[in-house]
Amino acid sequence: MGTIFLKNINKSFGSTEVLKQLSLDIQDGEFLTLVGPSGCGKSTLLKIIAGLEQQNSGDVIIDDKNVNSTRASKRDLAMVFQSYALYPHLTVRKNLETPLKLRDYSFVERLPLIGNFVPSRKEKKKSIDDLVFKTSETLKITELLDRKPGQLSGGQRQRAALGRAMVREPVAFLMDEPLSNLDAALRVHMRSELSELHNSLKTTFIYVTHDQAEALTMSTRMAVMIDGELLQLDTPSEVYNNPSSLRVAEFVGSPKINTFAAQISSDGSVEFMGIKLERKFNTNSQKALVAVRPEHLEITKDSNKPAFEATVSYRENLGSDIFYHVQVDQSESKIIVRGSPQAGLISNGETVRISPSHAEAMLFETSGERIR
Amino acid sequence: MLARHYIGESWKHGLLIIGALIVLIPFYMMVSMSLKSQQEIQSISGGLVGAQEIQTFPVCTKHGYTEEVCTMRPYKYNFWFAFKKAPIPRYLMNGLIVTVSIFLIQVLIALPCSYALAKLRFKGREFVFSMVLFCLLIPVHAIALPLYVMLAKAGLVDTYAALIIPWTISVFGIFLMRQFFMTVPDELIDAARMDGMGEYSIVWKVMLPVAIPALLAFAIFSVVAHWNDYFWPRIVITGNRDLFTPPLGIREFRGGIDSDEFGPMMASIVTVTIPLIVAFIVAQKRFVEGITMTGMK
Repeated sequence: MGTIFLKNINKSFGSTEVLKQLSLDIQDGEFLTLVGPSGCGKSTLLKIIAGLEQQNSGDVIIDDKNVNSTRASKRDLAMVFQSYALYPHLTVRKNLETPLKLRDYSFVERLPLIGNFVPSRKEKKKSIDDLVFKTSETLKITELLDRKPGQLSGGQRQRAALGRAMVREPVAFLMDEPLSNLDAALRVHMRSELSELHNSLKTTFIYVTHDQAEALTMSTRMAVMIDGELLQLDTPSEVYNNPSSLRVAEFVGSPKINTFAAQISSDGSVEFMGIKLERKFNTNSQKALVAVRPEHLEITKDSNKPAFEATVSYRENLGSDIFYHVQVDQSESKIIVRGSPQAGLISNGETVRISPSHAEAMLFETSGERIR
Repeated sequence: MLARHYIGESWKHGLLIIGALIVLIPFYMMVSMSLKSQQEIQSISGGLVGAQEIQTFPVCTKHGYTEEVCTMRPYKYNFWFAFKKAPIPRYLMNGLIVTVSIFLIQVLIALPCSYALAKLRFKGREFVFSMVLFCLLIPVHAIALPLYVMLAKAGLVDTYAALIIPWTISVFGIFLMRQFFMTVPDELIDAARMDGMGEYSIVWKVMLPVAIPALLAFAIFSVVAHWNDYFWPRIVITGNRDLFTPPLGIREFRGGIDSDEFGPMMASIVTVTIPLIVAFIVAQKRFVEGITMTGMK
C-alpha cells in the first residue's frame, strides 16, 4: 500500500507563504510528478511528506494513518536527492546497508564490537546481505559495491542513491529532481529506466522536477504547482491538451504557448487577429485571451483559409521540427509557429500567412481562467 | 625582458628566504647548542656540531657521578645529562595525557555544538553564535585568576583535572567546525534522517567522518597550543613534579648551581619539540587542506 493524502497543507518561512491550502491525493502505485517553476514550493511539499519539514497546518495521511507527528524515519518512505547525498566515507555496500541496519538492528546489535556477539545479529546480517545483493543486481551496480561514492561517475552515483532508497522496500519513493545533475543523454536514458523501475516495483513514486519533459514522459499523473498552489492534477496528456488555466498552459509545453488578445461579441463568437473562431463560447466578458500551441498554427499558402500575416524573424531548426519565430505588425511579442521540414525552408524576413487550428484554440479570461 | 622578469622574481624569493631564516635560526641554534660543549657555546665557535672532543664535564661530577661516568662526547653528554637531571619521559607522558585529553573532550563538545549552530534551526541560534564569537575575544589571562580560585576551591590544584578542565570547551573549535559544517550539504543530513539516524548518530556517524580534514587542522592548533603552554600549568601545578608538562620541565634547567649549562637544557628542548615537528610533518597535507577548506588563513 502506498496512498498518501495531503489535506490543506500550509507552510510559510517567516512571512513568505510557500504553500497555500494545498490538498493532494496520491494513489497507490502511481507515478506522480510535482512540476512547477523553481521556487514554487514543490521541494518543500516533498520534504513535508517525508517528514523532514513540519507544515504549519494541515494533515499528511499515509495509508490512512495521520503521520503529522511521526518522525521521518518511521514513515517508511525513501528519498532520492538531487545531489544523491551518499555517505562519502562509506562504500556503496555500506551505503546500502545503513538504512537496513538502522531499521532492523536493535541498539545493542548496532554497537561496534559488542554487537558482533549478539546471536540474533548474524541472521539479520544475512538477510541484509541478501537484500543488498538483490537490489544491486536489479540496478546493475553489483561490481561497484566496494567502491566509494567519490570513485563513481554521475550515473553510477545516481544508481547507488536509488539503491539506497530501494533496499528498504518503502511504501513510496520520494525523488527530488534526481536527474538534474546528469548530462542530457544520460538524463533521457535514466528517464526510461526510472519508468521501467516503476513498472516493475509497482510502488508509489512522487517525483519533483522543474523539467516538464520529465513530467510529461514519465508520470501517470502530474501535479502542476505554481506559487505554492496546486493548479492542475491530471494525466500528462490532459494537462497538455486541456489546461485549466493560462498559467498551466504557459508552463507546460515547449516552446511556450502563443497568446492573442481577443474580442468576444454578445452572441459568444470570438475574434482575434482578424480571424473569427468557428466555435462559440458562453461567457459574459468582452475581452479574453486566445491561446494556441505552436503546432496548432499552420503556415499556409491557401488564400481561402482565414489567416493573418506575419514576418519570420528567427528560425530554429531542430531537425524533426522547425520553429519559426514570427513578428506580427500590431503586437510587440513574438509568436512561435511549428513548421515541418518537408514544407521547405522559409528564410528570415519572409512574410507568411498563418492560420490557426480552430478546434485546438483555447480561450482564457484575461485573469487566466479557462473559458470552455 | 626575461632577465628583468627573473630580477623581479628573485627579490620576492629573497624576501621569503629572509623571513624563513628569521624563523629557522632559533631552531638551528637550538639543535646546534644541544650538540656542542659549554665552552663552544660560550665562545660561539664550532659551527653546527662542534669539535665533539671527549671531555669530563664538571657539572656532572658536581652532581656526584664519578669522573669515569662523566667523560664522553658533548652531544651524548647533553642528552644523557638532560634525561638524568629531569624525568623527561615523565614530562612527555604528562604532555601527551594532557593534550590528548583536552583535544578529545574538545571534540566531544565542539562537534555537537557546531552541528547545532550550523544545521539545526532554533530560536536564538544567531545570538548563541554571536556569543561564541564574543568568547573568542576574551584572552585567557584575563580570566586566569577567577579560574584558579574556582579550581582551588574545588580542591583541584595540582591535579591533571586542573590542567585539562579549563580548556575542554574550545570556542575556536566550535567556530572552526561550524564554518566547516556550513559547507556540508543539507541533503546529506536529510538522507541520514530518512535512513533513521537520530541527531547524535548524525553527528558521530556522518558529520565526524566528513569533517576529518577540518578536525585534523583543529587538532594541530589545539595540541600545539596546549603542548607549548607554559602559563597555565605554571599557575595550577604548584609543587608536584610528577605533573609537570614539558615546558615546566624545561624550566628545571634554569637556576641553581649549574644555571648556565645550556647544552643539556637545549637537549631537553629538542626532545620536547621533536614530537610536535614529527606530528606536523605527518599531518601536513591534511592540515593545509583543512585550513584552506574552512576559509581560514
